[in-house]
Amino acid sequence: MYGFEALTFNIHGGYLEAIVRGYRSGLLTAADYNNLCQCETLDDIKMHLSATEYGPYLQNEPSPLHTTTIVEKCTLKLVDEYKHMLTQATEPLSTFLEYITYGHMIDNVVLIVTGTLHERDVQELLEKCHPLGMFDSIATLAVAQNMRELYRLVLVDTPLAPYFSECITSEDLDDMNIEIMRNTLYKAYLEDFYRFCQKIGGATAEIMSDLLSFEADRRAVNISINSIGTELTRDDRRKLYSNFGLLYPYGHEELAVCEDIDQVRGAMEKYPPYQAIFSKLSYGESQILDKAFYEEEVKRLCLAFEQQFHYGVFFAYMRLREQEIRNLMWISECVAQNQKSRVHDSVVFIF
Amino acid sequence: MKASGRWPEMDLLRSETMQLVQLIVPIESAHRTISYLGDLGLFQFKDLNAEKSPFQRTYATQIKRCGEMARKIRYFRDQMTKAGLLSSSRSSVGTNVNLDELEVKLGEYEAELLEMNANSEKLQRSYNELLEYKLVLEKASQIFHSAERNAAAQRREVEAQLLGDRSIDSPLLLEQEMSTDPSKQVKLGFVSGLVARGKSAAFERILFRATRGNVFHRQVVVEEPVIDPVEKDVFVVFYSGERAKNKILKICDAFGANRYPFTDDIGKQYEAITEVSGKLSELKTTIDFGQLHRTNLLQSIGYEFEQWNLLVKKEKSIYHTLNMLSVDVTKKCLVGEGWCPVFATNQIQNVLKRATQDSNSQIGAIFQVLQTKDLPPTYFRTNKFTSAFQEIVDAYGYNNIVYADHNRVAKYHEANPGVYTIVTFPFLFAVMFGDWGHGICLFLATLYFIFREKKLSGQKLGDIMEMAFGGRYVILMMALFSIYTGLIYNEFFSVPFELFGRSAYDCRGSSCKDAATVGLHKVRDTYPFGVDPKWHGTRSELPFLNSLKMKMSILLGVAQMNLGIILGYFNAKFFRNDLNIWYQFVPQMIFLNSLFGYLSLLIIVKWCTGSQADLYHVMIYMFLSPTDDLGENQLFVGQKFLQIVLLLAALVAVPWMLFPKPFLQKKQHEERHRGQAYAPLDNTDDDSFELEVHNGSHGHEEFEFSEVFVHQLIHTIEFVLGAVSNTASLAHSELSSVFYEKVLLLAWGFNNVIILIIGIIVFICATVGVLLVMETLSAFLHALRLHWVEFQNKFYEGDGYKFSPFSFALIAEDEEY
Repeated sequence: MYGFEALTFNIHGGYLEAIVRGYRSGLLTAADYNNLCQCETLDDIKMHLSATEYGPYLQNEPSPLHTTTIVEKCTLKLVDEYKHMLTQATEPLSTFLEYITYGHMIDNVVLIVTGTLHERDVQELLEKCHPLGMFDSIATLAVAQNMRELYRLVLVDTPLAPYFSECITSEDLDDMNIEIMRNTLYKAYLEDFYRFCQKIGGATAEIMSDLLSFEADRRAVNISINSIGTELTRDDRRKLYSNFGLLYPYGHEELAVCEDIDQVRGAMEKYPPYQAIFSKLSYGESQILDKAFYEEEVKRLCLAFEQQFHYGVFFAYMRLREQEIRNLMWISECVAQNQKSRVHDSVVFIF
Repeated sequence: MKASGRWPEMDLLRSETMQLVQLIVPIESAHRTISYLGDLGLFQFKDLNAEKSPFQRTYATQIKRCGEMARKIRYFRDQMTKAGLLSSSRSSVGTNVNLDELEVKLGEYEAELLEMNANSEKLQRSYNELLEYKLVLEKASQIFHSAERNAAAQRREVEAQLLGDRSIDSPLLLEQEMSTDPSKQVKLGFVSGLVARGKSAAFERILFRATRGNVFHRQVVVEEPVIDPVEKDVFVVFYSGERAKNKILKICDAFGANRYPFTDDIGKQYEAITEVSGKLSELKTTIDFGQLHRTNLLQSIGYEFEQWNLLVKKEKSIYHTLNMLSVDVTKKCLVGEGWCPVFATNQIQNVLKRATQDSNSQIGAIFQVLQTKDLPPTYFRTNKFTSAFQEIVDAYGYNNIVYADHNRVAKYHEANPGVYTIVTFPFLFAVMFGDWGHGICLFLATLYFIFREKKLSGQKLGDIMEMAFGGRYVILMMALFSIYTGLIYNEFFSVPFELFGRSAYDCRGSSCKDAATVGLHKVRDTYPFGVDPKWHGTRSELPFLNSLKMKMSILLGVAQMNLGIILGYFNAKFFRNDLNIWYQFVPQMIFLNSLFGYLSLLIIVKWCTGSQADLYHVMIYMFLSPTDDLGENQLFVGQKFLQIVLLLAALVAVPWMLFPKPFLQKKQHEERHRGQAYAPLDNTDDDSFELEVHNGSHGHEEFEFSEVFVHQLIHTIEFVLGAVSNTASLAHSELSSVFYEKVLLLAWGFNNVIILIIGIIVFICATVGVLLVMETLSAFLHALRLHWVEFQNKFYEGDGYKFSPFSFALIAEDEEY
């Protein structure tokens, strides 16, 4: 049915697409951000947010507030919306929606494992986990001593199980190989998600391949930059890159041998879409690289809404909302710590 | 205003005259003033601080306080609903609570309630723990007992086997196994506790995996739910070795399973159980006492709850309003602007005076009328009868795609279609719904609503009921008119009645054999009112009634459209807009009446003379070949000449409507623009009503010629098409007779009581469901369309905005403020 998916899309996906577009129009606007940035206290933020869609989630919070409460409640709203959509969805949209949460699942697994390694309290760690990435036996992760046990005890029941095939070793867990595990899992996850979207085909495949390629490329750059100066070999580094995206395969070869940030930059500037990002930062600077990538991502996510009859809007909405929550967190932190001059440092506007 | 003197007072036809007023209120009496104005409810404040964000405004802190108090009140409501104590009795004991006192009071109550909740939660938790412990003790001892019994039985069995013959299949190792040295036996440790039932399967699985199967796990279902909301299972896990123990403990933590110590010594078990039971009953009394205390507290809150709620809502709205005022430079007074109807001037001034006196302010508030070019809000004083009709008109929202922000209503001072809608809407409805039987049903239903009005208006009704209740007076009028038209159509559930004397027709012979072939003959005078009952059931019934109703609808439609155009004339006259009279009203009148007015004339002539002329033919050939001879279709002398003149007039009217107005508007605009540039002083008092061309407070907008032209084009096309499509639904009586004949008469024919009853039931269901509900809706929709599309587009601009005064009465109604 290639080319005709628009004809039948609305039978199953129309309602939810309408819903998600409605949710999207509830994102905070430029005026909202403008007002939020002028807030003096967290109560002001609450007062302002209570006039937005976050209102019902925040209005019953007693003042004084904390940044964590704000973030928690805002995330709760996202989770509620996600659950609403998931319960309404039919195949293959429901699987697509589930795929969106696997990223959080990986992060949660890594968070718990790292936490227990540093002997933190499990309950405390669980509170820090992203609610979208929760699964039944997540707390049991603390029991595991090595990768193999981790897999055999807990993860075999989760959707992450297939991604583990590459990283089962009997080595004891330490920070380094946990980080490698995270990236291997992410690589497998992104590739799987990519394949899944290609299988759906049509506009979904087209738009999602753009979004996921960007995600994969960003991860590749981050891996390269973060592994500079560690004992990770070039081959190991090369193995962590996802096997698709704009940089695949030649860009990966170049990134794999980079020894400092300027070499990364040199490699990336050969690709026109990333040239703009790197031209924003001066030489030797990597702090604002994240922000530049986020901005580019937000731009691409917003573009996904320009086309109709595809699942990319769900992915884009979830990502945009997460970005908005990150923004709120940053603004609230700046307000709470009286660092208002730094508000604009890491807020990525979504319009 | 100047023009209002020339028109008779008609409250509903034109909006109340509004004025822009400036209030200068000293800061000390501001709060009281606003509160009194809220009681009065006739003043709409303009937001003078629109550019400021909510927390930058003057009274932001007070609003935050009110928000916090509202939160506490919501918390109380929540707690009261949970305790099942939500006060329905609206005790409005007028003890005047001050806001500050209330804040303190609310704070105290909240703190008390929170502490009580925390305490009772703590108690409840320890109660739960004890209860769980007790359960573990009971269930685990069951497990141990049964295990012991099983073991004993097994041993006996084995011993019995040993004593008996050694068969070949008895395991050889058995003896060895049995005779293992007791000292070498590993002492098994065990952990017991409770785990949530949903997780118990996963729990067991993980235990098994983590220890590679070296555990023995038993579970017992707990029948009665522990007060902790989830259902739980008691488990006992046996293990050997220290490593396994650590793992198991970790897993227990991960699953949130509560562990309780347990001894296998029976004596100690009993001891523990009695001890726990004692503690449990102690705790129970404490918890009950706490609950009683809490209920008392909530009850005392409940007495004053509604009053507090209202007070906080009022205060919050007062501060919101105060935030709309701008602070004077000296910071001693607040300056507010807003709209109010002219008739309320005295009332408002009285209120201001009273506020000044009551707050012992030395300076009075200043009330000052401002000159403005802004478009005032539209305000119709409606009552419970007219408001529903006004809502039908307002729902039209002519431009609401462009101005999506609010619902647009009639422009300030333009003729309000609501006045005519009160009669024409139910009447047009009834034209389609003419059946006095159905009309009486509707009438009785609305009478119920109207008699129980007081009671019903207080409660929450369902969606559809609410709609029906809101429009009860509309439905009442519709029902009355349906009875009237039903009598004209002579329909009572599609059965004819001889209410106004005998039918004029009778059979020719006594046997009535030739009634279907030759026809009836007239024996009496014409039936005095409505359709002769004899028509019913004849072969020519349908053509006769259709032709009658069709012609009647055309007459009604043309009359209604003419009314609309004439109202357009009155609007133009009122706003002194000659352009609209000469280039809109006149050509529209000519166009409509030369085509459809002429058709109406023909219909009336045909009715009066009893001519056989084919009006379709006349109208169609009037366009196709106007010069041809009319032949037998000629109704009067000189008809051909008249037709040619009318056709030419109609053809001229279309470009007349389309072209001159935009060009003249452009010219006017340019002239005015030039005039403004040279002499800005002399346009202070003229043309206060030429707002629609020269809209807005900012003087000159750019005149977009193409936009105006396209607008005019759309308007013309809309008019021409609208004039052509004006027919009414005629299906009602046909549908009704289908049900009557096919269901009721068919059932009658069977001579069987059961079938008859079924038939009657089906007939009633069909009448109520299809005819009374669905057909009412469809006729309602048609009438709505006739009003919105055919009537209102002739004159109604509908780009005003509604007068929404600051009023406590409205706030109190609004539940979720």
